[in-house]
Amino acid sequence: MPDVLIELFSEEIPARMQTRAAEDLRKLVTEGLVEGGLSYAHARAFSTPRRLVLALEGLSAESPTLREDRKGPKVGAPQQALDGFLRSTGLTMEQLHVHEDKKGAFYVAHFQKPGRPAAEILAEVLEKTIRTFPWPKSMRWGSGSLRWVRPLQSIIALMVTEAGAEVVPLDIDGITAGNTTRGHRFMAPGSFTVSSFEDYAAKLKRAFVVLDAAERADMIEHEVKNRAFALGLDPIEDKGLLAEVAGLVEWPVVLVGEIGAQFLDLPPEVLQTSMREHQKFFSLKDAQGRIVRFVTVANRETADNGATILKGNQKVLTARLSDAKFFWENDLRVVRNEGLTGMAEGLANVTFHNKLGSQKARIDRIAALAREIAPLVGASPDLAEEAARVAKADLRSSMVGEFPELQGTMGVYYAKAAGLPEPVANACKAHYQPLGPSDEVPSEPVSVAVALADKIDTLTGFWAIDEKPTGSKDPFALRRAALGVIRLVLGNGIDVKWVGGFVLALRRCYADKLQQTLKSNKLIEAARLAELVGFAKENNDVSALKAETEKTIELLRSGAHDVPWQDWEIEIVADLLQFIRDRLRVYLKDQGIRDDAIEASASNTGHHDNFLKLSRLADALTAFLKTDDGENLLQGFKRANNILTQAEAKDGVEYSFGAEAKFAETDEERALFAALDTAEAQIAPAMAAEDFAAAMSAMAALRAPIDAFFTAVQINTDNQIVRRNRLNLLHRIRTTCAGVADLTKLEG
Amino acid sequence: MPARAENSPVRPRSFQEVILRLQAYWASKGCAILQPYDMEVGAGTFHPATTLRSLGSQPWAAAYVQPSRRPTDGRYGENPNRLQHYYQYQVLIKPSPPDLQELYLGSLDAIGIDTSLHDIRFVEDDWESPTLGAWGLGWEVWCDGMEVSQFTYFQQVGGHDCKPVSGELTYGLERLAMYVLGIDHVMDMPFNDPQSPIPLTYGDIFRQTEQEYSRHNFDGATTEMLLRHFEDAEAECERLLAFNPQDPNSGKRIVMAHPAYDQCIKASHLFNLLDARGVISVTERQAYIGRVRALAKKCADAFVTTVAGGWTPESAAS
Repeated sequence: MPDVLIELFSEEIPARMQTRAAEDLRKLVTEGLVEGGLSYAHARAFSTPRRLVLALEGLSAESPTLREDRKGPKVGAPQQALDGFLRSTGLTMEQLHVHEDKKGAFYVAHFQKPGRPAAEILAEVLEKTIRTFPWPKSMRWGSGSLRWVRPLQSIIALMVTEAGAEVVPLDIDGITAGNTTRGHRFMAPGSFTVSSFEDYAAKLKRAFVVLDAAERADMIEHEVKNRAFALGLDPIEDKGLLAEVAGLVEWPVVLVGEIGAQFLDLPPEVLQTSMREHQKFFSLKDAQGRIVRFVTVANRETADNGATILKGNQKVLTARLSDAKFFWENDLRVVRNEGLTGMAEGLANVTFHNKLGSQKARIDRIAALAREIAPLVGASPDLAEEAARVAKADLRSSMVGEFPELQGTMGVYYAKAAGLPEPVANACKAHYQPLGPSDEVPSEPVSVAVALADKIDTLTGFWAIDEKPTGSKDPFALRRAALGVIRLVLGNGIDVKWVGGFVLALRRCYADKLQQTLKSNKLIEAARLAELVGFAKENNDVSALKAETEKTIELLRSGAHDVPWQDWEIEIVADLLQFIRDRLRVYLKDQGIRDDAIEASASNTGHHDNFLKLSRLADALTAFLKTDDGENLLQGFKRANNILTQAEAKDGVEYSFGAEAKFAETDEERALFAALDTAEAQIAPAMAAEDFAAAMSAMAALRAPIDAFFTAVQINTDNQIVRRNRLNLLHRIRTTCAGVADLTKLEG
Repeated sequence: MPARAENSPVRPRSFQEVILRLQAYWASKGCAILQPYDMEVGAGTFHPATTLRSLGSQPWAAAYVQPSRRPTDGRYGENPNRLQHYYQYQVLIKPSPPDLQELYLGSLDAIGIDTSLHDIRFVEDDWESPTLGAWGLGWEVWCDGMEVSQFTYFQQVGGHDCKPVSGELTYGLERLAMYVLGIDHVMDMPFNDPQSPIPLTYGDIFRQTEQEYSRHNFDGATTEMLLRHFEDAEAECERLLAFNPQDPNSGKRIVMAHPAYDQCIKASHLFNLLDARGVISVTERQAYIGRVRALAKKCADAFVTTVAGGWTPESAAS
């Protein structure tokens, strides 16, 4: 069983692509080999900045011999057909076999497909892998047409057996596979030959190359911890940076440097971001949380133990941090002189979306909405509005211009510097949250109000201009915004019906959409939209049309509180609510709540827009359906519903007129009447009191009578009065259960 | 590892010595040492020796200094690192040789960067010029954490696939020299040998011009005129390219690819000036860039129908 070593040696591969590329190499080669009829015991892939490596163990030496049959004409078929078959197979009459099946005897040509040596198959698979490698971006170089992530320089392709190592014959655009490679670019640039994977890995290490990225990352992490410990400091963990740095070096050497005292007053987030983004430095912090040292990972050892390297890095860092300090001091001066509102002024010139207007327009909408949401979440309307007005001011700061990822974080610092109240300052960062499924959910009422307003404005805005996510495309992160709304509502127990709030938010977005349409000189289109929204009248005079449109914009912007909801609004909001419920379904599914329980709970209950109630009801429903009673009740309900639906379709009538107990013929029927009376009397008040568990147990009590009813009673009888009455009784099962949830939406 | 050029002191003493050593190094590696292009450009890439010569099948190897102008980067000579007029050193070799990385590292050695003491890294950085309709893959080269060069394998220029591929090296000369010479403010950098009878610093030569041009770029330049000249350059470029290739005077086939490209360069610089004057809005910006790119593409289309662009009567016939 031969082992295989493959190395694809190139100029520096981007760090972010290495891990994936090693995995792709392993996958493509092993899949190709298996497809070629070979098997293998074990495969491992590695990457460094200059190489992708695959080590295979226990490859079969050759592929098995296969027989392939080709079916020919029937025995006794015309000679012409037989001649044609012989010609196409290149065989003679004597070489054909006769097989028989149900239809009779026929000729068959047997072909042997001989097994092939592994080296031959490997060469083909490797060539195909290299030529079709799925790099995110690839390039040509020199005069060749081969594509690789950066110029491919050499290939090792070795088959190792007990008899020794043999090079797999392979030539790709002038690169001939061999058994040589090179060590570290600077520390051991010479080439050397290798005879197996073990030999390769050992010689690489002597040539200052650590092959395994995970090992390099471990070395770096370990050494950073040791150096930090020796200084009485703590490293700030950064897994992403660690993986990236491990992809930038073949021989990691950790160096610790000092940060100039003049920079130690900068916020730690600024130091860390500047050092990470520009220099790929790690940060070490002291017991007070101040960042006081940087760590750079060099790719080599030097005679002066890294002194020159450290000095150079320190100098670059000083220049970088001087910039950051300049931004920081500049921003502080602005907010001290003009306040955060002064800083926010320029947002009128920043486009949020060309169909929805500027950031300023967006902030106005959010401020109005935050004010309205505030009482619902226990926040002061004034503070919520103030917070909304300054929360995005830092987008105009020099610091966020340089480091967009510090948006919100800087806002908190600047708001405090401007002397704003703590809840307002905190909202600058918290209103963006939660940023992802694992991000924290804000709980301070002012932050909650602004965070909800921010996300609802985003959603209604993009719904207003019909830019909804499609498939995997979600350029405005609307799914994340919807999930944010859900987590804010559930996390803070916000018991609110959202339709009205969404309509208000939508109206304001629509106002800005109309404004933008007017601005781009599309008066007719704007007027048509204004007319469509139902607030403006048709008019042939252009200036009247414009006035009418502008009036509509003002009306919408004010929220038009006394104007009833229009059809177009209800349609858009319903669609948006459905979108949010879809996210809610996905979110709750992860927490063990049935996939279909949300839609079942949303129907007929008036809770379709109250995400908190919806999730509680779905939770109770899921628990109920897990019980024996629940499962059987669902079956009984479905049976009743099916019979009823079929009968209704057949008879062309709706059996919704009250069933009467006096027409009941059996005890089981009478018992069901009684049970339904009891259940109805319990369900309505339980639902009104939002005691979902009580509603479920009332529904559970129906299980036995329904089961007994179906066991004992035939619905269809010759007596039409009795039949109709029974169908009407089934209808009562339907309506009684619908008082809890729409069970027809449930599967199984 | 290439040996250090003989007799050269380990470290250069002046800005010009860094340039002279790069010139000598690349000359020794077989490059034609060209002179700067005599027009205002934003980067060494705009020199026709790079933009146009990276097109077509003809081999090419050239190196040159190119004064580069970035009107928006003017800081009145006060910023230690930022200038509206600075120098790039540019190398273009087609097809890119297999040892281009080693050749490049040799050039660092030639200017006194001892690679056994420094940490040199090739960090992913893909290059794209929306105005030239060009892109390539490569790296920014880091020396002890500082970017000292751009290293690019051109894939497309003016909308044309580069076949063969050119290897392009760009050194930001001031920054590189400041690093090698250990200078913190560009204006303090010795331009000639500090031991010269008349020692001149970078500031002696450029502080005043930085001030003058900063004022010019931000406040002085007449925007109406710039806008008009932009239109003129655009029209002229297209007019020149619309000529019949057959020249009635010489009886020769002459495509005016270079004169047309001059107009494209002009349009590009005028756009940069307008940008610095702050009269171009975000949406207009894209439109202007698109107009310059359209010119660059047309010039590229024209250049590949010239002899230098690989055109032959046979290729035309087939």
